[in-house]
Amino acid sequence: MEPLVTLKATAAPLRLANVNTDQLFPARFIKKPRAVGYAQYLFHDIRRNGASELDQNFSLNQARFSDAKVIVAGANFGSGSSREGAVYALYDAGFRALFAPSFGEIFASNCLKNGILTAKLDQPTIDAIQSLLLSSDDTSVIVDINSEMLTLPSGESISLTLDPFQKHCLINGLNEIDLSLEFHDAISAFEATYRQQYPWISS
Amino acid sequence: MSATLFEKIWTNHVVTDRDDESLIYVDRVLLQENSFHAFDKIRREQRSVRNPAQAFAFSDHYVPTRNRELGLGGITDPEIRNMVELIASDTDAYGIELFGIGHDYQGILHVVGPEYGITQPGLVIAGADSHTSTHGALGAYAFGIGSSEVAHVLATQTLWRSKPRTLQITVTGERQPGVSSKDLILYLIRTIGSGGAVGYAVEYTGDTIEQLSIEARMTVCNMSIEAGARAGLIAPDEKTFDYMRGKPLIPTGSAWDQAMQHWQTLKTDDQATFDRDVRIDATAIVPQVTWGTNPEMVVDVTGTIPDPAKENDLERRARMERALEYMGLQPDQSIQSIPLDRVFIGSCTNSRLEDLRIAARVMDGQTCRLPTMIVPGSEQVKRAAEAEGLHQIFENAGAEWLAPGCSMCVAINGDKLGPGERAASTSNRNFEGRQGQGGRTHLVSPAMAAAAAITGQFDNISNYSEARSWNL
Repeated sequence: MEPLVTLKATAAPLRLANVNTDQLFPARFIKKPRAVGYAQYLFHDIRRNGASELDQNFSLNQARFSDAKVIVAGANFGSGSSREGAVYALYDAGFRALFAPSFGEIFASNCLKNGILTAKLDQPTIDAIQSLLLSSDDTSVIVDINSEMLTLPSGESISLTLDPFQKHCLINGLNEIDLSLEFHDAISAFEATYRQQYPWISS
Repeated sequence: MSATLFEKIWTNHVVTDRDDESLIYVDRVLLQENSFHAFDKIRREQRSVRNPAQAFAFSDHYVPTRNRELGLGGITDPEIRNMVELIASDTDAYGIELFGIGHDYQGILHVVGPEYGITQPGLVIAGADSHTSTHGALGAYAFGIGSSEVAHVLATQTLWRSKPRTLQITVTGERQPGVSSKDLILYLIRTIGSGGAVGYAVEYTGDTIEQLSIEARMTVCNMSIEAGARAGLIAPDEKTFDYMRGKPLIPTGSAWDQAMQHWQTLKTDDQATFDRDVRIDATAIVPQVTWGTNPEMVVDVTGTIPDPAKENDLERRARMERALEYMGLQPDQSIQSIPLDRVFIGSCTNSRLEDLRIAARVMDGQTCRLPTMIVPGSEQVKRAAEAEGLHQIFENAGAEWLAPGCSMCVAINGDKLGPGERAASTSNRNFEGRQGQGGRTHLVSPAMAAAAAITGQFDNISNYSEARSWNL
């Protein structure tokens, strides 16, 4: 996994709450192999009017947000299904950091596994950042994981609250399986005791 | 020290702690065709599967509901056939049991898990599907995970988790006739919102929950995720133990007795407290219907489509307007006046034997006005329904009786709504495009869906004289 320490990039506002993983990545594309590149499927249906025409009201279709790597979204972003394709689509389209008042839990876990930051900010803060991004020519923000800081185009800095484990994984680009296999002996010891105590589960 | 049901299971499974995360032991991992990314990761990183016997795989999302007797040959779309073949070759390569086409227990993972005895009280169950919350109905801590975490469980039998907060949802009072567990959970999501339980492990308690059958409890736990909760649990009781007895993986003899000693401890202690409590009065609930594109957009069957103009929150108003436009509905339109095109009875939410029995009672001797698909949740459900003659009732009414799978709930096996088509559906998500691009979904209970098939629109089934005798 690619480490994420600092990121200076365009941030795009997405003024929608409850954006679900069916909207992020419609289910009919799940069967596509990752090698085809999932960016083409990101927000496939909701960024279009009808069959094919891109909706220019959808921020990510606008030229000023075309190189965005950050999304500032509404509450409950990534709710719905566990499909990790939703995160692959974001990743393949270049996104590395997401801000919202809340996230679908499975989606947030999936983001972390792919080196994408999910950070919660309260609704008024999200509203203010979205307004700023929509009204200002400069849409560039700086995300600093170490100092847990988001710096806005206005120069204002907002402190983030990241969980230490998430921070550790992102900064080190950690493959969690490697981390967990370091606990191989502890897992084996736990398992042995557990199986003795609850023999019917594994027999 | 007193503890909640969830805390007891959690504590029992912690291998180690690090910062604010715990490495928890996973008893069972459930896979489906979309798990191919997880197997790709295992292969790419040259990992081995630690305990193949603790993994169970299911062909459900992509299997066809028609021409099943042709096996793989019945799947005409090569991409869909590839998905069904992939799970077979991946599970074969790693020695994992597959409940595939032709298996006596083929079916939707959340229907088969409990009926095969994979699901048991006190287990930690991780599933490659968000509706893994279903298994909490038997007192397991069960939750959905993505492909990377599936690979993690396969390689290590563990997952890193920060401990969720606890939420008790107490439902009390006698339900009105015709009000099912589906109506309870839709009403709950309507009350707390689709993000209302994010970050919580939910325990459902109260006399209304206790009164529910195990299958009805599964419907409640299934849709916990639609309120944002990754897991929803119900403490095991005598009904749970009766339900489990005799299932293939359930212990027998002295092992059963030993298991019972453990299972009977799996309840929230009297003195234990939750981080949050919500109370629901079941007596006030009538049959529920979703009107929008999110499971929190719910009204009474006797109600009308809400008017966005009366919503003061601008963001919420915009969301309502968007939903109405997508759904092709007008503010203040009565729910019972909406003309429907199709009916779908199925999905991990409502495709079990009790669901089909109720649907059959409503359809018995009637004729469907609408094209109606009835998709049993599993091969076992299908056989049991046929043994009772339910399939004949459905077919005599003009409904299609199909082969088990997820079918039009997620619409990736070829079963789908056309653009603009409007369905009454017993599934769990009414998202834009969920049941087919441009398709319009109204989530309802099986009885409501069956009545809609007969009348062509939503009917208040609480008024049906026979509703009192339904075993809901």
